[in-house]
Amino acid sequence: MTPVPTPVRFKGTDSYLTNEGLQAAVNCALTLQRPLLVKGEPGTGKTLLAEAIAQSLGHRLLTWHVKSTTRAQDGLYVYDTVQRLYDSRFGDGDVRDIRRYIRQGPLGEAFSAPERVVLLIDEVDKADLEFPNDLLHELDRMRFRVTETGDEVVAKHRPVVVITSNNEKELPDAFLRRCVFHFIDFPDADLMRRIVAVHHPGLDGTLAEQALKVFYELRNFTRLRKRPSTSELIDWIAVLKSQGVTDVKLDESLPFLGALLKKEQDLVSVAEAFGRGRRPRA
Amino acid sequence: MFLPFFYELRRRGVKVGAQEALALAGALRAGLHDSGLDGFYHVARALLVHSETQLDTFDQAFLAHFKGVETAGLELTQELLSWLEEARERRDLSPEELALLEQLDPEEIRRMLEERLREQKERHDGGNRWVGTGGTSPFGNGGFAREGIRVGGKGGRQGMALMQAGARRYAGYRDDLVLDTRQMAVALRKLRAFARDGSPDELDVDESIAATARNAGELEVVTRPPRRPNTRVVLAMDVGGSMDPYAAVMSRLFSAASHATHFKELRIFYFHNCVYGKLYATPQLTGGMTVPELTAQVGRHHKLVMVGDASMAPYELSIRTDAEGHYKADGLEGLTWLMQLAQHFERNVWLNPEPMGTWRTGTISVIARVFPMFPLTVEGLGEAVTHLTRGRTVKGVAARR
Ligand SMILES: Nc1ncnc2c1ncn2[C@@H]1O[C@H](COP(=O)(O)OP(=O)(O)OP(=O)(O)O)[C@@H](O)[C@H]1O
Ligand SMILES: [Mg+2]
Repeated sequence: MTPVPTPVRFKGTDSYLTNEGLQAAVNCALTLQRPLLVKGEPGTGKTLLAEAIAQSLGHRLLTWHVKSTTRAQDGLYVYDTVQRLYDSRFGDGDVRDIRRYIRQGPLGEAFSAPERVVLLIDEVDKADLEFPNDLLHELDRMRFRVTETGDEVVAKHRPVVVITSNNEKELPDAFLRRCVFHFIDFPDADLMRRIVAVHHPGLDGTLAEQALKVFYELRNFTRLRKRPSTSELIDWIAVLKSQGVTDVKLDESLPFLGALLKKEQDLVSVAEAFGRGRRPRA
Repeated sequence: MFLPFFYELRRRGVKVGAQEALALAGALRAGLHDSGLDGFYHVARALLVHSETQLDTFDQAFLAHFKGVETAGLELTQELLSWLEEARERRDLSPEELALLEQLDPEEIRRMLEERLREQKERHDGGNRWVGTGGTSPFGNGGFAREGIRVGGKGGRQGMALMQAGARRYAGYRDDLVLDTRQMAVALRKLRAFARDGSPDELDVDESIAATARNAGELEVVTRPPRRPNTRVVLAMDVGGSMDPYAAVMSRLFSAASHATHFKELRIFYFHNCVYGKLYATPQLTGGMTVPELTAQVGRHHKLVMVGDASMAPYELSIRTDAEGHYKADGLEGLTWLMQLAQHFERNVWLNPEPMGTWRTGTISVIARVFPMFPLTVEGLGEAVTHLTRGRTVKGVAARR
């Protein structure tokens, strides 16, 4: 509970832009040594944040991608019984040494790392509802026991834990209470301009402004099923650049719309609304 | 300064407790707020709010509480900090004490604090109009001035936080408003449950080992059925005329439910105002099946979700029909058909888009005695889902809210 003053304050990196709110949340998490939970629309840089924190602190990044079948136990270690069974029949290794068949999960790896690491638990909401609660114990105590061997894995350095959620499921209260929370707002035009500049340095100013204008017009178009996000804008500009396009506006001639809109139906709606029914080149 | 802000938050439904207070105290002690109100806004938001649904409330509380402060240029007191500081010095709070604090109501905490601070009145510098509400609070400016919040400390940027809080940027995420499809999908997902079911085509490692061991080391492979979603839902929606204003929200619920991949089975039916023997397959009230057919086909563990405004002319609840929905003097009353449904399905709810204020009268109040009724909002749907997964209604006696 004693807060350790962090000498370094997180301020984003050259390629990851932040605002005060996000910085404050990251610094709270670092100082209080609590997990940082980030939510926000797809493409708002949740996953990238962990990378940026690792980079700016000079720590290694370990990533745990959560899937619908992921269990908390998988993060600690898995006991590869199938391999052991196999080896016992056909293999030549020493099957009596059970440690050979214990494989550390990302959490286990983060605990046993000799230095402080950043652990990203990406898309925690994908797993079962109980998953976050199952993690709590280990995250709190920063240790666990490998039941098969009796070994205790104790964190040498408390990892910096970053957890992202796409809000597919609500997270349990007990879990939320332990986390520092930040909701990444969708970037406003100003921040987006800077994000674009980071990804496309030297981009023609007029094209950048026009692309941004079209992008926000599309985002404000309420009939879309999936609104384009930051990553789509960046991809779209990449295509425009590589194809030598110099100006864009929201009409039937809008080039490479397929890079911005991923749903067939959205392409049709945009064509109806802005292209007098004609389908833009995708 | 802080305690009233905490009360303000709690009063508005953001349940900040001792855990949050401790975290905030720690962050302020480390100076993360850079002694400014803007910094305080961001730090407090990161530590006191746990969901985007609370951001708007937080902003409003912040605005209500700190408005005017930006011109004052005062050193604000930190009575909370000092109190928590003491708590910490008493070798931290035990989990029990924390839990207790968590449960104390704001008034109680205030009283405790006032008592505590009266004891140390010598530290009180008085006269700070930002302390307490209405200037009556004896809370002192105790010993933490170094880390006090200084407003207007950084040139030109004063009041950014207030501007930001005033923009109401998060109003759309509040969860007491009517739902959008994604929110519904999120809520419905909570209904999911799993069971092992179907053909055994997944390797059961533990059992294989046990069997192999029993088999004196001769490999014996044991398989089991994979884990599959096991939630079965019957969704019945009112398409009566009075439901027209809710057509949009109903279609969103429909699309969220029908896109949910985590139901083993989802049956969707329609009715008009009340159920008269039959549930229909289309909103045009064609096809479908009778209540006796449904209850014969579908087990009691299916979860029944009725959606409707439950508002109609009182006599409509007592219209008697046969199972085909034809008027019959010796048929069953509409209300009886509803009760049959409620009795068959062990877990049932009624979602109502009408504001809760109108539920105490008319046919709504009658139907709410048959089905546990929840508002069709993010919060309400969440509660309904919790009820469906946990609450077992005693047959025939509906839970009341
Ligand atoms: N703040 C930022 N600074 C620089 N680039 C950014 C920023 N935010 C987003 N991007 C760009 O958007 C891309 C998508 O970011 P990322 O994958 O981290 O999003 P996400 O929030 O994790 O999305 P999802 O919910 O789909 O996983 C990044 O690869 C980067 O190019
Ligand atoms: Mg991501």
